[in-house]
Amino acid sequence: MSGEGRFVPSGWPGLKAVIRRELGAYFTTPLAWVFLAAFAFAAPAFAFNVGRFFDTNRADLAPLFAYLPWLLMILMPALAMRAWAEERELGTIETLLSLPMPLWAAALGKFLAAWAVAGLALVLTFPMWIAVNWLGAPDNAAIAVAYVGALLLAGAHLAIGQALSAVTPNQVVAFVLGVLVAFLLTMAGLPFVTGALSSSVPAWLVEAVAHMSALDRYAAFENGVARLPDLVYFLSLIAGGVTAAGLIAGSTREGGR
Amino acid sequence: MLAVEQLKKRFGTRKAVDGVSFTVAPGEVLGFLGPNGAGKSTTMRIIAGRLEPDGGRVRVGGNDTVANRRAAQALTGYLPEGAPAYPAMTPFSFVEFCLAARGWHGAALKAARDLALDRVHVGDHRHDRIATLSKGYKRRTALAAAIAHDPPVLILDEPTDGLDPNQKDEVRSLIRAMSADKAIVISTHILEEVPAVCSRAIIIDTGQILADATPEEIAAKTGSGRLDDAFRSLTTGRKTRGTEDAA
Repeated sequence: MSGEGRFVPSGWPGLKAVIRRELGAYFTTPLAWVFLAAFAFAAPAFAFNVGRFFDTNRADLAPLFAYLPWLLMILMPALAMRAWAEERELGTIETLLSLPMPLWAAALGKFLAAWAVAGLALVLTFPMWIAVNWLGAPDNAAIAVAYVGALLLAGAHLAIGQALSAVTPNQVVAFVLGVLVAFLLTMAGLPFVTGALSSSVPAWLVEAVAHMSALDRYAAFENGVARLPDLVYFLSLIAGGVTAAGLIAGSTREGGR
Repeated sequence: MLAVEQLKKRFGTRKAVDGVSFTVAPGEVLGFLGPNGAGKSTTMRIIAGRLEPDGGRVRVGGNDTVANRRAAQALTGYLPEGAPAYPAMTPFSFVEFCLAARGWHGAALKAARDLALDRVHVGDHRHDRIATLSKGYKRRTALAAAIAHDPPVLILDEPTDGLDPNQKDEVRSLIRAMSADKAIVISTHILEEVPAVCSRAIIIDTGQILADATPEEIAAKTGSGRLDDAFRSLTTGRKTRGTEDAA
């Protein structure tokens, strides 16, 4: 039965409003600034000290990209943890879910805003890119591909972290869960995990777990190789995480807060 | 304009709302009264489309709040319990966000935003961070967001809670001023304000409606002719739940 008519907006105004609100929330509080400062400091620190950036005597960014997954594993869940947990903690989810907005708009808006902050963090490492160009003649196309890989990996961690943030009103719990899943996703393909598994589970399961590894997929991008299956893998993780976040947040309509 | 039919909602084994039915026409201000945990907020959350009922249904302007949720929500303004608002935003940006998410833009958005902030008397605090505002200003901010899109149905969960006497008076005047063409439901613990604001009152306890009449008719049910005596005699003596929650 159709009722009284009034303008019912499509999802787009809601999406735009949520992106603007989320970016505002990141940048009007110290959150984004502290995050960006931490990233801008930690990424080169890893590359210079652990990755021996200068000792390799090569004009490329391999030392940076080798350690980025470990940095992203911790920092992305920190960026994602507030997404839904904070809404539930403050009670603003009541306001958000009473707006005539489809859930996908709210979930996607939150993700895109966080991803933009992550993208900005990666941009802060560009001085290193400029430096290697000044020092030598790096393969800039390969470096660009590696940046795309890092952005995709960051997006996957963010989307999963935001879905976990919808599970609880406690941001610390959301962060710990986010780091745990990011850790498992990163480590899944490493020999010590597959080795430990192979003694107790069937070979096909070990292979399946190894296929889930974000590190293997990222490694291709890191080497300057963009393959469609790897792209599909990361985009699937992102789509799955954003969808799960929306569904979990929406499920509070059935009960609870 | 607003029709609530045989509404039921359970949280675990507890029946929060148990067969609640009523209608509200434009021009009516319905006072929703009841002890803590009576089912007031749960009913209001369902009307606002924030919660789905286990049984029964709500229609806003003929739109089912589950099957046609967004159409119903487009017609509704909702002030949630506790008047939540994003602490990092300002009243100005919060009202703007709610309007933008509802599809408003340009000059119409600016006019609606400024009118709503003026009507709740936020004054010079419109550009202050909500985190720094007093409880009264925070509540007015959330109220501004609820009324900004000029909805024909208004659901206000304890709109005067935590306000000083002057602020309460302002909010009551605002509700009266808006009541001419809107269907308004307000919940309150302050029984004195019911005859001043409401054209009708419902007393609810343990999820069921105990009385639905004008405040004067309900008050006349006791010898003293006082609404609070009627409220007490209706809601005490009934088996009350052991745990008190915000429902």
